[in-house]
Amino acid sequence: MLSFILRRVSIAIPTLLVLLIISFWLMQTAPGGPFNSERPLPPQVLANIEAKYGLDQPMWKQMVDYLKGIITQFDFGPSYKYKDRSVNDIIAQGFPVTLHYGLISFMLAIVIGGALGIAAAIRQNSWLDYFAVGITIGAQVLPNFVMAPILILVFTLWLGWLPGGGWNGGQWDHVIMPVIALSTSYMASIARLTRSSMLEVLRSNFIRTARAKGLPDRVIIWRHALKPTILPVVSYLGPAFVGMVTGSFIIDSIFSTGGVGYFYVNAAFNRDYAVMMGLTFLLGSMTILFNMVVDILYAWIDPKIRL
Amino acid sequence: MNVSTKSILLASALALASPALAAAPEGVALADDQTFTYRVLDEHSSVDPQIVEDVSGSEIVRDLFEGLYNQDADGNLVPGVALSHTVSDDKLTYTFTLRPEAKWSDGNPVTAHDFVYGWQRLADPETASPYQWYVEVMGLANAGSVMAGEAPLEELGVRAIDDHTLEVTLEKPMTYFPLTTTHASTFPSPKWVIDEHGADWIKPGNIVSNGAYVLTEHVPQERSVRERNPMYWDNENTVIEKVSALVINDENVALTRFLAGELDRTEVPAGQYPALKEEYPDTALSFPRLCNYYFNFNLSENGPEATQDVRVRKALSYAVNRDIIVENVLQGGQSPAYTFTPAATAGFEQPATDYSTWTQEERNAKAVELLAEAGYGPDNPLSLTYLYNTSEAHKKVAIAVSQMWKQTLGVDITLENQEWQTFLETRGNHDFEIARGAWCGDYNEASTFLDLVQSSSGYNDAAYSNAEVDALLAEAKSMDDPQANYTRVEEIIAEEMPIIPIYHYAGVFMMNPAIVDSWPVQNVEQNWYSKDLYKVAQ
Amino acid sequence: MSNGMAILNPQQPRTAAMAERMAEVKGRSLWADARARFLRNKAAMVSVGVLGAVFIFAFFGHLVTPYDNETIDWNVLGKVKELGKPSLANGHYFGYDDSGRDLFARVVQGTQVSLMVGVIGAAIAVIVGTIYGAVAGYIGGRVDSIMMRFVDIAMSVPYMFVLILLLVVFGRSIEMIFVGIGLTAWLDMSRIVRGQTLSIKNKEFIEAAVATGVPSFTIIRRHVVPNLLGVVVVYATLLVPQMILTESFISFLGLGVQEPLTSWGALISEGTSTMNYGTLWQLFFPLAFFVVTIFAFFFIGDGLRDALDPKDR
Repeated sequence: MLSFILRRVSIAIPTLLVLLIISFWLMQTAPGGPFNSERPLPPQVLANIEAKYGLDQPMWKQMVDYLKGIITQFDFGPSYKYKDRSVNDIIAQGFPVTLHYGLISFMLAIVIGGALGIAAAIRQNSWLDYFAVGITIGAQVLPNFVMAPILILVFTLWLGWLPGGGWNGGQWDHVIMPVIALSTSYMASIARLTRSSMLEVLRSNFIRTARAKGLPDRVIIWRHALKPTILPVVSYLGPAFVGMVTGSFIIDSIFSTGGVGYFYVNAAFNRDYAVMMGLTFLLGSMTILFNMVVDILYAWIDPKIRL
Repeated sequence: MNVSTKSILLASALALASPALAAAPEGVALADDQTFTYRVLDEHSSVDPQIVEDVSGSEIVRDLFEGLYNQDADGNLVPGVALSHTVSDDKLTYTFTLRPEAKWSDGNPVTAHDFVYGWQRLADPETASPYQWYVEVMGLANAGSVMAGEAPLEELGVRAIDDHTLEVTLEKPMTYFPLTTTHASTFPSPKWVIDEHGADWIKPGNIVSNGAYVLTEHVPQERSVRERNPMYWDNENTVIEKVSALVINDENVALTRFLAGELDRTEVPAGQYPALKEEYPDTALSFPRLCNYYFNFNLSENGPEATQDVRVRKALSYAVNRDIIVENVLQGGQSPAYTFTPAATAGFEQPATDYSTWTQEERNAKAVELLAEAGYGPDNPLSLTYLYNTSEAHKKVAIAVSQMWKQTLGVDITLENQEWQTFLETRGNHDFEIARGAWCGDYNEASTFLDLVQSSSGYNDAAYSNAEVDALLAEAKSMDDPQANYTRVEEIIAEEMPIIPIYHYAGVFMMNPAIVDSWPVQNVEQNWYSKDLYKVAQ
Repeated sequence: MSNGMAILNPQQPRTAAMAERMAEVKGRSLWADARARFLRNKAAMVSVGVLGAVFIFAFFGHLVTPYDNETIDWNVLGKVKELGKPSLANGHYFGYDDSGRDLFARVVQGTQVSLMVGVIGAAIAVIVGTIYGAVAGYIGGRVDSIMMRFVDIAMSVPYMFVLILLLVVFGRSIEMIFVGIGLTAWLDMSRIVRGQTLSIKNKEFIEAAVATGVPSFTIIRRHVVPNLLGVVVVYATLLVPQMILTESFISFLGLGVQEPLTSWGALISEGTSTMNYGTLWQLFFPLAFFVVTIFAFFFIGDGLRDALDPKDR
C-alpha cells in the first residue's frame, strides 16, 4: 500500500510538471495576449505592464520563475485580468464553492444512483425497473446547459421557490439547483451501471449457489451481491470526477456560483496565464489524487487486485 | 475650444453655482426598500481608481470615490470634491478649490495632496496602469517624460498649494480639461492605506474611499456590494442604502432573474425589446448611447484587391438595409447610421450624407450599378470574408448583412467568428477582409469618434489614410466651431467609404419602475452615480 | 462534456470485462450467434431503424424542402414569434429560426455536421486507440509499461480545457474539431485493446505465426487487430454519442462550426436561449433529433455488447 502510494506520487509530480509546461506553451502560442484591448495600448504603457508581470522575459525564464514561486512560496502569481486579486485569492474563494456543490452532487449521484440501480435490478421488469430505466436514460442525454436554464425558469420564475443564482456563502437554497444540474446525468449513469452490474452478479454461479442454499434474498443481496456489483461503479468514479470538474464550468457560468470552473475556461479566453496555470495545477492534482483514492478503494473491495 | 464644449462648460458653470441638491426631489414618496441590485456581464477588472479599465469597474469606482467634478443626469459637470476652479490668463493653469468638509471613510479629510498622489500614481510607470496614457489625454505638463520614467513624478503638472487648493498645469491650452476630471482614473487615492496594505488595499475591510459608498463585500464572479459611507460629505442627501452588482454571464438567465424580482436592472437581449415593452411598458426602456457600430474595410496592403475599389465599398455599404438591422434584428430602439458620429453627440449636428436621403430601393439599385461598373457580377462573382467576435448579437447582424449582400448583389460572404482576444489580434494586424468595429465615446464630443479615421490613430483598423481628413481634424482641435470640419469629414467618409456605418447604439434595459424616475437616461455616456438614484414608493 | 463522460464511461468497465470473456470464445460461431442474438433484441432493432431514418434525413432531407439553410425571409425576420411557427401549409415544417431562416433546412444540415463529427471523431479515437493499444500489448515489456504509463498520465488531464486551448491556438475549423475531439477520446480505447491483445498474444495461432517468422507488424495487422473487432465495434458505437455531446458543449461555448453552418449543439444552444420568448419549437426540433439519435446509439451499443457477450444469455 505504502509503496503504491509512493509510486503514484512519484509519477504524479512529473505529470503535473508536463501538464503545466504544455498548458503554458499552448497559452503562449495562442494568438493575442492578456493585455490586448479594444483600443491598443500605447507601446510604452504595454511595456510597463509587461515588465510589472515579468512577461518581457523569455518564455523559459517566465516558466522557471513561475514554478519557483509555486514551490518556494506556494504563490501562483497575480491575475492579469482581475487585478484586485491574486490566483491564490481566486482559489481560496472559488475552490471551496466548487468543492461544496461538487461533493454534494457526487455523493448524491452515488447514493441515489446506486439505490435506484439496485432497486431496478432486484425488481427487474417491474414498473419500478421501467420507470428507473426511462428516467435515467432521459436524464443522461439532456445536456446540462439546457437543463440549468429550464430549472431557473421553473423554480425561480414560475414557482418562485428558489433564487435564480448566486452563492450567498453556500446557503442551502442557492445550492439546490446547481447540485441538480450537475449531478443528474451522473446519477443516471451510476444507476444504469449499477443495474446492469447487479443483474450480471445475480445471474452468476455463486449467487445461484447461495440461493440454492436457501439464503434469504436480503442476505444474498447485501452480503454477497453488493460488493461485486459496485466494482464497475467504483472504476467509473474517476472519470465521473473529471467530468464533474468540467461540468462545473456550466454550473458556474449559468448559476453565477463563483466556483473555479468558470475562472478556468474564462482564463483560457482572456489569456490570463497565471490563473490558467494555477487552476491547471489545482485541478490536475485533484484528479490525480482522486484517481489514486479510487485505485486504493478498488483494491480494498476486490482482493484479487494487488496494488 | 469649440461650441459644444463651451456650452457644456457654460451649463456646468451654472450647475456649479447652485448648491448641492438632494438626490430625490421634494414631495416624492420614497420606497421603504432603498437597495439597488443590477446585473453585470463579467467580473470588474478592479476597484482601484488608477487601475480600473472596464465599464463595470468604473461604475463601482464612481460610487466608491469622488473626483474633482461629477456629472449630473444630463452629463453636465457638477461639484464633486472641487467646489469651483479658476483659469489663468494663459489658460495653462487651473486652480481648484476643494470642499473643506470632504472626508475619507476613515474620517481623514480629503486634501489636495490625495489628488496629487493619485495622479502621480496614475503616471508612475511602476503602477503599470492600463490608463496611464490618460495623463496625456488630460494634457498635464510633463506627462510624457514622467510616463517614460525620464522625469521624477514631482514634475507632473499637478501640485497642492495647500490642503484645499489644487493647482494643475497643462502642456498647452485645452478648454475641455475640466471634463476629463470625471474619469475614474483621476480620482484621489489614500496614500496611507496603500502604504499599509499594498496591493490588498482595495479589499473590503482594508479599503478607504471618499465617495458616497464603501465596498463591503466582494465575491469574485458572484457579487460585489457597496454600502452607504457615513463619512461622505453629502451623506444626508444620499438615498440608496446598498448597491449590489451581481455577475450573471447569460443575458437570458439574467432576464429570467429580473422577471423573478431578483434584480433592479438588466440588459434586454437583442430582438426581445418590443415584446417586453408591450408586456412591461413601465419597465422596458431604451435610450440613445454614445456608441457606434460599423464594418471596417481593410485598406492596408493585406486587404483584398476588390475592396480597394471605392465603387465596391460603396456598393457594399448601400446594399446594407440598416432599417432592417435596427427594426427587425436588434429591435431595441437603435438608430440606423449613415454617419460615423452618433447624432447623440453633444453639439454635433449630424450632416445628411447623400445616401442617407435615398430610399433603400434607390440604394440597392445604385449598389448593383456600382458593383457592375467595378467589374463584378454573375460572371465574376465577388467573394469576401467577414470577421466578427463571438456574440449572439454580432452573429445576428452578420447573418442578416451577409444575406443582404448575397440577395442584392450576389456577393458571396464567408462568416468567421473568433473569440475576443484572437479577434483583437487578427483585426489589429489587418489580417481580415471586412471586420466588425464599434466605439463608445470617451468624452461627449465628435472628435472622440472622428479621431479614429485619422491615419495615425491606433484604432484605425481600416488603415484608412486621407491627408485632407487628417488636416481637417487637426484644425478642428483649435477651432471655436469645428462643425464645418466635422461635416466635411463625414462627407469624405461617405464618399470614400473606408468603413460602413451600421447603427448607433441604444441602451436597452429592463429597469425596476421604482428606479426609472431617477435613472439618468439623458446622460449619453451613462456615467451614473448611485448617490443620485432613489426608489419611489409604488 | 460532463454528459459525455457520464455516458461513455459506465460502459467501459463492462466492455472491458466482456472483452476478457470474449477472448475465450472461438471466432467463427461467435459472429453468427451474435447476429442472431442482435436481431432478436427489439430495442436495438428499433434503434437501427431510427438511426437509419436519421441518416436518411441528414442525406436526403434537403430534397423535401424548397428552402435552404441560409436564406433569410425578410418578412418573418423580427416577427418570428408570430409568423415563424412550424407549418405544413407553407412548407416550413419546423418553423423559422431566430434569424428568419428555415429551421427544417438548418436541422438537416446540423444533423449532417453532428453525425459527421460523431462518426469521424469516433473513427479517429478508435484508430489511434486500437493501434496504440495493440502495439503496446503485443510488444509488451518495457515499451508496454512506458506506453501505458503515458496513458495513465494523459487520463488525468482535463480534456475539455485542452480541447478549448487547441481550438483557440490553432484556429477554429471543422477539421480541428474532428481531430481535437478524437484525440481526447482514444485513451480508454487503447487500454481496452491492450488488455485484449495481451490475451490474444498467447494464443497458439499467434505463436505459430511468430515461429514461422512473420514480422511483428504483420502479425498485429493480420491476426491481432481482426480479433479485436468485436470490442472495437461495440466501443465505437458508444463513442459516437459521446463525440456528439462533446461537440454540443463546444458549440455552447461558441467554439463550434461557423455560420451559416450549424450543428445540433449550436441549434440547441440557440433554442435554449430563446425558450422563454415564445419560440419553443426552436429548441424542440433539434433537441428531439439529438436525444433520439443518442438513445439509438446507446441501444445499439448495448445490443451489440449483449449479442457479442454470450455469457449473458
